[in-house]
Amino acid sequence: MIKETLDGIREKALEAIAQAADPDKLNEIRVSVLGKKGELTGILKSMKDVAPEDRPKVGQLVNDTRAEIEAMLDERKQKFEAALLNARLAGEVIDVTLPAKRMNVGHRHPNTIALEELENIFIGMGYEVVEGPEIEKDYYNFEALNIPADHPAKDEQDTFYIHGDLLLRTQTSSAQVHEMEKGRLPIKMISPGRVFRADEVDATHSPSFHQVEGLVIDKGITFADLKGTLDEFSRKLFGEGTKTKFRPHHFPFTEPSAEMDVSCFKCGGKGCRFCKGSGWIEILGCGMVHPHVLEMSGIDPNEYTGFAFGVGLERIALLKYEIDDMRLLYENDSRFLAQF
Amino acid sequence: MNASYSWIKAYVPELDISGQELFDRLTLSGTKGETWRRLDKNLEKIVVGKVLKIDPHPDADKLVICQVDIGSEQIQIVTGAQNLFPGAVIPVVLSGGRVAGGHDGGPLPENGIAIKAGKLRGIESNGMMCSIEELGCDKNLYPESNPEGIHIFREEDGLPEVGSDGVEAMGLKDALFEFEITSNRVDCYSVLGIARETAATLGLAFKPPVVKFTETEVKTADLISVEVQDPELCTRYCARICTDIRIAESPKWLRDRLRSCGIRPINNLVDITNYVMLEYGQPMHAFDLDTVAGHKIIVRRAKNGDKFTTLDGEEREMDDDVLMICDAEKEIGIAGIMGGENSMITDQVKTVLFEAATFNGPNIRRSAKRIGLRTDASGFFEKGLDPANAEAAINRACALVEELGCGRVAAGMVEAGQPLKPLKHIPLEPDKINALLGTTISREEMIEILNKEEVEVQGDEVIVPSFRQDLNAMCDIAEEIARFYGYDRIPVTLPKNSATMGGLTKKLTVEKVLREVARYAGFSQAYSYSFESPRVFDQLLLPADAPERQAIRIANPLGEDFSVMRTISLNGMLTSLSTNFNRRNKDVRLYELGNIYLAEEIPPTKLPDERMQLTLGFYGAGDFFTMKGVVEEMLESLSLLDRAEITPYPEGEKKPYLHPGRQAQVRLIAGKNSAAVGYLGELHPEVASNYGIKTRVYLAVLDLPQIVEQAGFDHRYRGLAKFPAVTRDISMLVPREIPAGDIEKMIRQRGGKTLESVHLFDLYEGEQIGEGFKSMAYSMTFRNSEKTLSDEEVQAVMKKILNGLGSMNIELRGV
Repeated sequence: MIKETLDGIREKALEAIAQAADPDKLNEIRVSVLGKKGELTGILKSMKDVAPEDRPKVGQLVNDTRAEIEAMLDERKQKFEAALLNARLAGEVIDVTLPAKRMNVGHRHPNTIALEELENIFIGMGYEVVEGPEIEKDYYNFEALNIPADHPAKDEQDTFYIHGDLLLRTQTSSAQVHEMEKGRLPIKMISPGRVFRADEVDATHSPSFHQVEGLVIDKGITFADLKGTLDEFSRKLFGEGTKTKFRPHHFPFTEPSAEMDVSCFKCGGKGCRFCKGSGWIEILGCGMVHPHVLEMSGIDPNEYTGFAFGVGLERIALLKYEIDDMRLLYENDSRFLAQF
Repeated sequence: MNASYSWIKAYVPELDISGQELFDRLTLSGTKGETWRRLDKNLEKIVVGKVLKIDPHPDADKLVICQVDIGSEQIQIVTGAQNLFPGAVIPVVLSGGRVAGGHDGGPLPENGIAIKAGKLRGIESNGMMCSIEELGCDKNLYPESNPEGIHIFREEDGLPEVGSDGVEAMGLKDALFEFEITSNRVDCYSVLGIARETAATLGLAFKPPVVKFTETEVKTADLISVEVQDPELCTRYCARICTDIRIAESPKWLRDRLRSCGIRPINNLVDITNYVMLEYGQPMHAFDLDTVAGHKIIVRRAKNGDKFTTLDGEEREMDDDVLMICDAEKEIGIAGIMGGENSMITDQVKTVLFEAATFNGPNIRRSAKRIGLRTDASGFFEKGLDPANAEAAINRACALVEELGCGRVAAGMVEAGQPLKPLKHIPLEPDKINALLGTTISREEMIEILNKEEVEVQGDEVIVPSFRQDLNAMCDIAEEIARFYGYDRIPVTLPKNSATMGGLTKKLTVEKVLREVARYAGFSQAYSYSFESPRVFDQLLLPADAPERQAIRIANPLGEDFSVMRTISLNGMLTSLSTNFNRRNKDVRLYELGNIYLAEEIPPTKLPDERMQLTLGFYGAGDFFTMKGVVEEMLESLSLLDRAEITPYPEGEKKPYLHPGRQAQVRLIAGKNSAAVGYLGELHPEVASNYGIKTRVYLAVLDLPQIVEQAGFDHRYRGLAKFPAVTRDISMLVPREIPAGDIEKMIRQRGGKTLESVHLFDLYEGEQIGEGFKSMAYSMTFRNSEKTLSDEEVQAVMKKILNGLGSMNIELRGV
């Protein structure tokens, strides 16, 4: 008897749920069937009329019916929600090809990119990065580097003079001397910085540019170590396949001295406009620190040897980033800088 | 330094490699090749021909028809040249051949000019007879050739065989090299020096010219005496005399050698001195002995204000640092620079006095610079020449005088100056050399290498030849060994001793952090010059007594615009912003890290204070507070924000180049003290106008030395809040002149530890607010890290804050 009633309620409820057009209707059904005053609740209330021994069974039946209806309600509800979500998502489609909202992060200067690359390579090899003054004494820029008063190299590097023995340094090699004078050995340092030469401004010259000096002094340092170090450096800076070529050269403060070429990193050594068809690009000057230079800075050349090298930062930047006019580096046009 | 392949080969007879290989090999052993070119580039199918017959062209007045014997056959060539005659022997390019240039002497085309048979005004022409310029040569170097016409071989030069190689006959089967010689290798500024390097590099025999001549009965010493009064400036003066001089043309071989190095042949005597200069690297001078008064040479300093007319006809003023060559009565030449008009050689010369001397290089360089006369000769002397070479060169010149039939050589050489120094001895230390190079070259191989370049080893000592003044110590010998052993054969190793820690200094680390912050704040890095115009100070409206005007001047600047070292970093920034503005670049944000240079006194006697400045500047999107935000981000990145304050400048301390109402100083507080470490503000509109920037510009400058000193990179975790916060908002009516900073400062002070944060969320000035007031609203957050705050506690703090506001005459509008 009750079973029939329950079946009736269930059939009716399921029918209504199936017919429900929206979540509100489902709520109505829930209230009218399962609510406090709902039909099913009514049955439970009439349990007192059921024989005590039948109550568990009836109770079970009621609960089963309830569970069945609830399950059906939930299922329908989920379907409605899913449909709603899908409708919302469908309405929120955006055109992802519209322009981005950029943070407008600034740009590094090509000089700095090159410098940081260089610094990272040498710091990785255990080099300290130190700086020296830009306005220097003649002694540090020339004399202590084996360039005495009448040396032709003094003419070659057209120097800006200030007053007395003060001048604008023409090379970062002056920083070598300061480092050696500190008397802390061994030395393994690079020293980047601004240098000055009396060159008129044009596409390949600037009266102010940057160099990075390198200096290693220790017992037993050899020319082979110099080659190995700069070979490693070149491969890290220009790519694994890079080859180096050392040519004898002359600098007053190193002996033996060399200039180093690297295989052209644009054409791989086949010859192109960057290497002027030779397959090689001149990168830096280097050599074994002259014993007289060591001596002048208070280092015993019989005990210590060392090597030094100097790289032009702008040269690296111009070559690496294919910049054809040095003036661009000092104009600071935002359209230029934005490319780096 | 120029040298031709054939001239080098004259002293290295076994030389038999391509021009490119010679160029590369010499470069790798230290004689760096700059450029090289074949003189016969683009000269193809050129033979010696002989004009047999010349007929007029029927249809062209200016053309003639030539029948030309080219050995194998006879061909017909039509030409416009006027200087031909039957029997003329000429270079002929055959059809299908190629010449280097046009007859107009313009720049040589890269691939030359192809010559094909064709018709000229209807008459068949099967080739072309060549002018000097068509052969790719400079007509100025061929005085014997008709500059307007075809080059005609001359009997006195020995006629080449008809049908033979025309390029060979012209002396153009050759290549010209240009080498970059380093300043230490004076000996290589000579063909002999290059030849010696070539022989040593390639392991071939070096055969310098054999110098021999017959001396006459006449003794040089009877004809000339030499006195050097200043042996410091004239180390050696060698004099020789040639009599019975007959001025004539030099032989072809000598003319060809001179012109291969770009020197125009003049006559035998001039050519000999030029030839010896190129061959030995020793400039010589020839005087007409009959013009040398008293037959005496005196080498002494000029007197201040002396006037002297050089052989180019210019009168020049001397000073007492200039060395002069004088005779018994007068000055006849500036030593090492140029001879005088008064002793010039003419074609009538009978007796020649040759001078080969060694002068003090630096003195010659200084003199040439001061007089404003740099010559080929001074270029040599200023490098500091080998005194022994002077004698070798003068003897070579005498040998050539005899060989060329130019005159007869008097007996003996007269010399003065310092005695020749004994040859240097340097110990040969193979172990030390190997230790320096990182090699294991045997002693024997070292000796072999040194011998190859004419450096002798006796026992354990290297005997340094006089031409190698650059060899002084073991390291110099090591370089000699290394460059001929081959730099490429030296092993590649890494230093193996004590490990070192790499890293940046604190200053560089701070700079790196600031670069990153600047970049993420949208600023791109700029670089500008350290020197600028003194007009900058006016442009920046700095008063006449501003300390910034005490700038270090460069003694020899490139110009007024680059003449003072900057004492303030703004000009570079403003110039860059101006450039961008004028190029219509939008929203430009730049920063620069660069030094200013402050001297205690002008001119400076000691190193100035170089202070790294971080300079930021922008125009376009943003305002003062954008820049203030960037500055605060910077300070925070260096753990300095808690100790920093950005406050108005007191009257009288304001920056004249900034908007007077929109500028602030950045101060760092250390204990009870605080110091200005920078400033920021809007650019003064007048300054903006001086730089041609027609928009608002915002600037900030931080003085890094102070910032670096106080910056920190330590971080300490404080724990995340566990207890709830209480928020209270207050809005108030504030007298306009009270700065927000003062209010915030008071709130923070009175808020104490429980005040977590305070922030301004509304600021209004305008109609609804009374004149002279602004409406401000702050939101404050209170929290106790140990427990939940009670209402009473918050009330108590709020009361203190409200009392504070009251004492500042601030009217509360709502809590």
